[in-house]
Amino acid sequence: MAAENQCNCVQTQEEDLYPRLNEIIGEHKGKPEDLIMVLHKAQNLFGYLPKKVQEMVAEGLNMSINEVYGVITFYNFFSTVPQGKHSVKVCLGTACYVRGSQKVLEKTEKALGIKVGGTTDDRRYSLGVVRCIGACGLAPAMLVDEDVYGRVKTTNAMEIIEKYE
Amino acid sequence: MMISLTIDGRKIEAEQDTTILDAAREAKIHIPTLCYLPEVQAIGACRVCLVEIEGNRVLQASCILPVSPGLVVLTNTERVRKARRFAVEMLLSNHPFECLTCARNLNCELQSLATDLCVRDIRFTGDKSEGRIDESSPSIRRDQNKCILCRRCVTVCQEIQSVTALHLQGRGFGTRVEPAFDRDINDVACTNCGQCSLVCPVGAITEKEYIKEVWDAINDPTKFTVIQDAPAVRVALGEEFGYPPGTLVTGKMLAAARKLGFDRIFDTNFAADLTILEEGSELLQRVKEGGILPLITSCSPGWIKFIEHFYPEMLPNLSTCKSPHQMLGALTKTYYAKKMGIDPKDMIVVSVMPCTAKKFECQRPEMRSSGYQDVDYVLTTRELAKMIKQAGIDFENLDDGSYDDPMGEYTGAATIFGATGGVMEAALRTAYEVATGKTLESVEFTAVRGLEGIKEAVIPIEGIGDVRIAVSHGLGNARKLLERVKEGKEQYHFIEIMACPGGCVGGGGQPFPVNNDVRTRRAQALYAEDCSLTLRKSHESPSVKKLYEEFLGAPLGEKSHHLLHTKYTPRSRF
Repeated sequence: MAAENQCNCVQTQEEDLYPRLNEIIGEHKGKPEDLIMVLHKAQNLFGYLPKKVQEMVAEGLNMSINEVYGVITFYNFFSTVPQGKHSVKVCLGTACYVRGSQKVLEKTEKALGIKVGGTTDDRRYSLGVVRCIGACGLAPAMLVDEDVYGRVKTTNAMEIIEKYE
Repeated sequence: MMISLTIDGRKIEAEQDTTILDAAREAKIHIPTLCYLPEVQAIGACRVCLVEIEGNRVLQASCILPVSPGLVVLTNTERVRKARRFAVEMLLSNHPFECLTCARNLNCELQSLATDLCVRDIRFTGDKSEGRIDESSPSIRRDQNKCILCRRCVTVCQEIQSVTALHLQGRGFGTRVEPAFDRDINDVACTNCGQCSLVCPVGAITEKEYIKEVWDAINDPTKFTVIQDAPAVRVALGEEFGYPPGTLVTGKMLAAARKLGFDRIFDTNFAADLTILEEGSELLQRVKEGGILPLITSCSPGWIKFIEHFYPEMLPNLSTCKSPHQMLGALTKTYYAKKMGIDPKDMIVVSVMPCTAKKFECQRPEMRSSGYQDVDYVLTTRELAKMIKQAGIDFENLDDGSYDDPMGEYTGAATIFGATGGVMEAALRTAYEVATGKTLESVEFTAVRGLEGIKEAVIPIEGIGDVRIAVSHGLGNARKLLERVKEGKEQYHFIEIMACPGGCVGGGGQPFPVNNDVRTRRAQALYAEDCSLTLRKSHESPSVKKLYEEFLGAPLGEKSHHLLHTKYTPRSRF
């Protein structure tokens, strides 16, 4: 759905990236064993892995799109939806979980109108989860971009997030 | 080098690099398995084949553990039994209990294991993973709620068939076997070969059943129903009734078909002989006139869909001949309909095939040369067995039945179509005699027989020169062969390709299980029948000769072109 809501300027930018993607694929042509490396580079380039990119990688590495998609959906690192300007990650590690981070997550999902792995329509935020960031003493913890927030409550999570324009 | 080890107190010698499981089986010691599939997959995923190794803290999966000197293995201790039962219990805790209405009821490997391991209680409740039912394909039906993630289908599709229409998607509890982007199987590059349905241990992938539609046609007094069967069916159907693989049950099968209520029974073999005349003429024409070579056979609809998706640039190499059952369908609704004064719109032609791809094939828009759909329904060997059981027919005690005239006669050349290399051998028998005008004394071309992945031979034919041929079975082998041709490494005149390993005897619609031993036995039964027949060359079939005299004219003639030949459609790889 997100793809349909993209504004034209973003699409134009994406189009501009394909020649570079072709170069990357060219370096690994016909080598299925390089798949993860190529996907990694492609995601760095586009910020996510749109369908067209996946198909080009499959074609270039001479493998089935069904396998490429299988690898992408296996690894949490890879995303098939565009990433927002800011990444919001709620920690679901044991300490945070027992201190109520699941509730924080649910509240955030509701407030942003997206599920884990999703991006808001305005591409401002992407929502994810992490499993322990070593801030157990501050549980429950939340990560916005590179910033760590401790003792987050369902009542102030959105306040923190909204500071990121 | 031989390795000495002990299994269940018995001293055993095994070849180096064999697994504990293979060594045990060799010694007739039974170890249950589930995800393991000989010749296809050994990944130690399901934990059903666990065994205890003396001095080893944890139980080991015997399907992947190689033998080593002095190993002491225990295959059936209480600890092992508990662990196996636990593994199956875990699978069952995430499995729908629809066994009684499942297409695989009483023929399910998970069910058998639960019985053997005496699972009486499932202690684990909670979420069940949600799958979907995909009925988009005319050939196969996928019920992902029943999938146990054994990966056999993925491995056979990827490694044996080199198609990869299915793959594991996602991870952990959410893992599914699906095409990319959750597409329907009919919307991706799937060849419909059905090998996935043949290896699925449960009812997650089955053929799309047309049993009800066929009963409706039989029960409709206004319909004239015609059934035909492929040669690979008659050497496998018996297995559904307790006969060993490779038992020829033609007579009983025909008697059963009559009892089911079909009005006429024709033999796909009749059209196989016809295929040889058409395809053989096509070959001679292309060789003489400098046409596109190599000529590649077109009897296997799984192979046709494969080349359309993956090698569309090579479509001009394909023979334009329809597959034999489609030829017979077209002739039934034209030649036979006219002969009998029956309106073809009232005819229903049912093909019993070892094949799921033919279910898709019969619905192709090109397959309507009679003005109607030439073949209305395709049933697999397994479905025919189900109908026979449904009708309460005592198969074992049936007196032999027979085919009906005029399309029930066949030669030995037709019957070997069911085994890899058969079409090639049949074509050579006819091509030789037609090209040279001489009698071929030694009709058996053994170089093209057997289960080697790619078989090659050079056959000198007077007046033409050396004819270079190749035969492959299984789409992975087909891909290798096509790459050789594309690279220009080999110059062939004629190539036979069958989608399924072993050819039609190992087809996706055949009884379970299929392995190389079963494929070989079924093929041997076909070769034995060929050997027992007086007429062993397609062009000797009196009924085929009569068909040309009365109706078709000559091979590659105008009528043939319209009814027996077809065209192909390039398709996307994605």
